[in-house]
Amino acid sequence: MTETVRIDFFGGIYNNAHALRAAIADVRRSGSDGIYALGDFGGFGPHPDRIFPLLLEAGVAVIQGNYEESLSSGAEDCHCGYTDPRDNHFAQISYDYTSARTSAQWKAWMGTLPKTRRFEVAGRKVLLVHGSPRKINEFLWESTSPVIFLEKLLRDHDADVLVCTHTGLHWRRRLPSGRLVVNAGVLGRPANDGQTNVWYARLTFGRDVEVEFVPVVYDYEALAREIEEEKLPPAFAETIRTGWWTTCLEILPAKEREKGNF
Amino acid sequence: MQPASAPAGAVSPKAIFPFVPSVSLDTLWFQVAGTLCNLKCTHCFISCSPTNNNHEMLTLAEVRERLREATALGVREYYFTGGEPFMNVEMMAIIEETLRQGPVSVLTNGLLLTPERCRKLKRLSDQSEYSLDIRISIDGYTPEVNDPIRGEGTFGKILAGIRNLADAGLNPCVTVTEACGEAANAQGRTKFLEWMRGIGLPRPRLKILSLFRIGAEEQRLRAYESWESLRGRHLQEDEAEKLQCSSCRMVTSKGVYVCPILIDEPRARMGETLEETLRPFELAYSACFTCHEYGVTCRT
Repeated sequence: MTETVRIDFFGGIYNNAHALRAAIADVRRSGSDGIYALGDFGGFGPHPDRIFPLLLEAGVAVIQGNYEESLSSGAEDCHCGYTDPRDNHFAQISYDYTSARTSAQWKAWMGTLPKTRRFEVAGRKVLLVHGSPRKINEFLWESTSPVIFLEKLLRDHDADVLVCTHTGLHWRRRLPSGRLVVNAGVLGRPANDGQTNVWYARLTFGRDVEVEFVPVVYDYEALAREIEEEKLPPAFAETIRTGWWTTCLEILPAKEREKGNF
Repeated sequence: MQPASAPAGAVSPKAIFPFVPSVSLDTLWFQVAGTLCNLKCTHCFISCSPTNNNHEMLTLAEVRERLREATALGVREYYFTGGEPFMNVEMMAIIEETLRQGPVSVLTNGLLLTPERCRKLKRLSDQSEYSLDIRISIDGYTPEVNDPIRGEGTFGKILAGIRNLADAGLNPCVTVTEACGEAANAQGRTKFLEWMRGIGLPRPRLKILSLFRIGAEEQRLRAYESWESLRGRHLQEDEAEKLQCSSCRMVTSKGVYVCPILIDEPRARMGETLEETLRPFELAYSACFTCHEYGVTCRT
């Protein structure tokens, strides 16, 4: 029998300590050979400093997202890569809040994190990035990342398996060459599908690579209340309670936008 | 307004304009209807009209050949424009075939979006794992503002096209140029979004486009002034990568051009095959100033 290795991947956490705790507990219950977090620990939710101890205590290996790059370098905005003024308006509120409440020691820590990680497992070269291998804030959406584009991207960056986040929506695409791309989704906010749960990705490496997207049910009401207590925009709490994105959604491609409520 | 003589090809040490590198070919544009249009908008930067044959229509066979070239280059997305793309009788087949390879955006004035065609577009969209994005142009949310620019009676026809798309279950991106003064400010944007919700677009998508002071626009408002130029400027790496021309090319009946804007500039024709055009381009045109200065991209 072939030995298998199981690795769990957390996408953007967006200050959602409630979901992060639930996801860590879930991974521990079901057993795992490693956990990676792909950046964007902050943004959107409340109390950023609650996230980092949870990650370290659980032994999560991390990379920078655009949030960590911006916070550690003192940038004035999140560099999320939005192009619409309404997206940028809400992104700025999130970033200003997170930046003001992230302590200096954690900002310095963020600056020490790698932007990518590579390892080999079961004969496959795995590459972890936040956005895409060529840019930390490039959005890899399911409906706008075609096969020929991904084949070249993985070929250029010498990867058999690419795991990313940044878009907020989870998806996978198996390429004709045998390569695999997985967007792990995010723990930070629901997947714009009217459900309150969030998602992470579990990859099982053996003869093949199995991909499972794991739903995380957590105390979203507690998070929504904290968002309100912190005087963050009511639209953020609405997203947490309804599962529909209300902000930072102009960036969605046509197909992904069609599936949402706004 | 023509720039001073600009050498084609490799970077010259004496270049007076900065060069943009070719980083990748992410976006492939097609001048699929040539410069033929059923409208004659007063701000059109390539002066499209019912009689402008400067660039001719592309055939399905020509598009197919370019899609084959695009495969090796890892192109991410495809945009179709004109003129009016739906004047091309092969347009639906072109969309269907392209959607098998990647996401498609079509830039249309909406006049030919019949209910039947919109339903067919919805079927093509649903069949594909990739996005089909219909982008529809209007220049005001009243006929009084729109019609002087796009033509008498066009407001009602565009509105009908938008409604036909919405009825078919497609959510178009509405584009407005800054020729509509209100579009340039936040209040005007909000009014546009409200208007869009009111006409049956509950998830309104709006993109404001900068004007290029070339083509018909030179006569409507003004041409570029001499200071509107990148002459003598140095381009940082991150500035270069923000320019669409670092990662796009435009196919017309005459060959491959650097971008969708400069197809009337003979020196912006970079070659015949896609691959040979993936080299630096000298930003010697005033339109380049607009893209650089205002962060313009023709992408949605």
